[in-house]
Amino acid sequence: MLSPADLTEYVASRVPLESASGQKAGRSAFCRAAGLSLAALARLLAGASVRWIASQPDTCQRIYFANHTSHLDALVIWASLPQPVREVTRPVAAKDYWSRGIVRRWLAQEVFDAILIDRTAIKVHQSPVDLMLREAGTTHSLIVFPEGSRSVTGEVDEFKSGLYYLAKKRPDIELIPVHIDNLNRVLPRGEFLPVPMLSCISFGPPLWLERGEAKLDFLARARRAVLSLKE
Amino acid sequence: MNDIRTIALITGVLALLTAVTGVGQFLKRHPDRGLDPAAVRTFNLRIRGWWVLCTVLAAAFWLGTTATVVLFGLVSFWALREFITLTPTRKGDHRALFWVFFAFTPLHYLLVGLNRYDIFSVFLPVYATLFVLARVAFAGDYKRFLERTAKIQAGLVVCVYCLSFAPALLQIPIEGTAGGGRSENFRLLFFLILLVQFADCMQYVWSRMLGRRLVAAHVSSNRTWEGLLGSATSTALLAAALWWAAPPFQPWQAALAGLVVATMGFAGGMTMSAIKRDRGVKDYGTLVVGHGGVLDRIDSICFAAPVFYHITLLVTGARL
Repeated sequence: MLSPADLTEYVASRVPLESASGQKAGRSAFCRAAGLSLAALARLLAGASVRWIASQPDTCQRIYFANHTSHLDALVIWASLPQPVREVTRPVAAKDYWSRGIVRRWLAQEVFDAILIDRTAIKVHQSPVDLMLREAGTTHSLIVFPEGSRSVTGEVDEFKSGLYYLAKKRPDIELIPVHIDNLNRVLPRGEFLPVPMLSCISFGPPLWLERGEAKLDFLARARRAVLSLKE
Repeated sequence: MNDIRTIALITGVLALLTAVTGVGQFLKRHPDRGLDPAAVRTFNLRIRGWWVLCTVLAAAFWLGTTATVVLFGLVSFWALREFITLTPTRKGDHRALFWVFFAFTPLHYLLVGLNRYDIFSVFLPVYATLFVLARVAFAGDYKRFLERTAKIQAGLVVCVYCLSFAPALLQIPIEGTAGGGRSENFRLLFFLILLVQFADCMQYVWSRMLGRRLVAAHVSSNRTWEGLLGSATSTALLAAALWWAAPPFQPWQAALAGLVVATMGFAGGMTMSAIKRDRGVKDYGTLVVGHGGVLDRIDSICFAAPVFYHITLLVTGARL
């Protein structure tokens, strides 16, 4: 294990400083108000009840990883976090969805400050992992969906390797499993009008990449951590 | 609302609530009385629920008919949410459900607020049903078609249609006066809610004291025939004793209304138990952790409201 002092040094050595401050400082009061009302609206519409199981909300740097069931996932997880935590948390979302249309682009850029990933351009040597870590800097937390796209069957698919590389490159960040229940019925694939079902967002205890843990083992363990929150 | 009967009713309810709160707190402070601590906790939670109920109702009544209709509309909406969340739906139901939640439910309450009994009495049972059937068919998924549409329809009828007869009581013209929305109407609505709550309690008490024969062991393990009889009798007696609070009724008519309300409330509880058993949950609230379970609270009143409404219509001889 690394000591806290080691961690600070480690982080300082790895992450370029300029990205840490982020674009947040420039956000207008209007965007903040929009963010607050959007979070309230999302919670109301998705009827989301939030549970923290063996885990507490914290503004420390974290990566929340969740099963992916609906376009609302990132928004609702973000909205389920307490306001100070929300301020430092940036969802990682698909560029092809969130940059389409003025409203979505404005929401993604100005309101919840999303990191947009171009899914069509993911290559081995152009991994979005570096982009995510650069954007996260030393202060921001991320919301990621390791399945890569919304599950078709409703089951949780196998995780892609991005989460493993995130954990490997930044072993100091806590990985928080999140389980999203019932949100796929609020807004299923291919629908654009929501039905106000009740959903449940469960946050689990943090996990880290163990020393020498193999990629597939880690990904399977992370997936089990999400599934275990389902009860 | 400054007439003597309203004041008497408010005072009586406040006195009763204060008294049971006192008893509840006493039992909580003296755990050595040999009572089940879990039962005492449930009792105290129930009392707190009544305070909340009375406060919300008082606020809505004070704001007037429109506010009360809106309040019941919101409760219906939330109950329907719980009902549909519990019901397995398929993707082909999605668009039908969208209209059910955001068009039919608000429109129905709008019609109730406008006192259009001629339309609202058929709007959901006929038009919404036809729409849901057709919309699900248009969506192209025919699997278990009747089962799925019946579930949506059952949710609409119980959570929205039936419950809306409670605020519709405010529109009934009483004692020859034109139009509703007078203090008599509010007393009538409160009378119904009071009877339903009382019947629920009495059912529990009588079942605990004398309960032998379960109505349906597989559906509910604590609802007995003795509970039903005892609850119907006690509620009829209370209703007769409070006849002065419910304007159009003679004592015997009030007793009859109490009897019917208690029986219907019991039936509502049984029905919801059956649905919950089928879905393998105990409370609608535990379905999604952290939610209160509105449907658990209103199942009895949903069943009792339409019958009480029509009894009132019969007694007043009002034509809508």
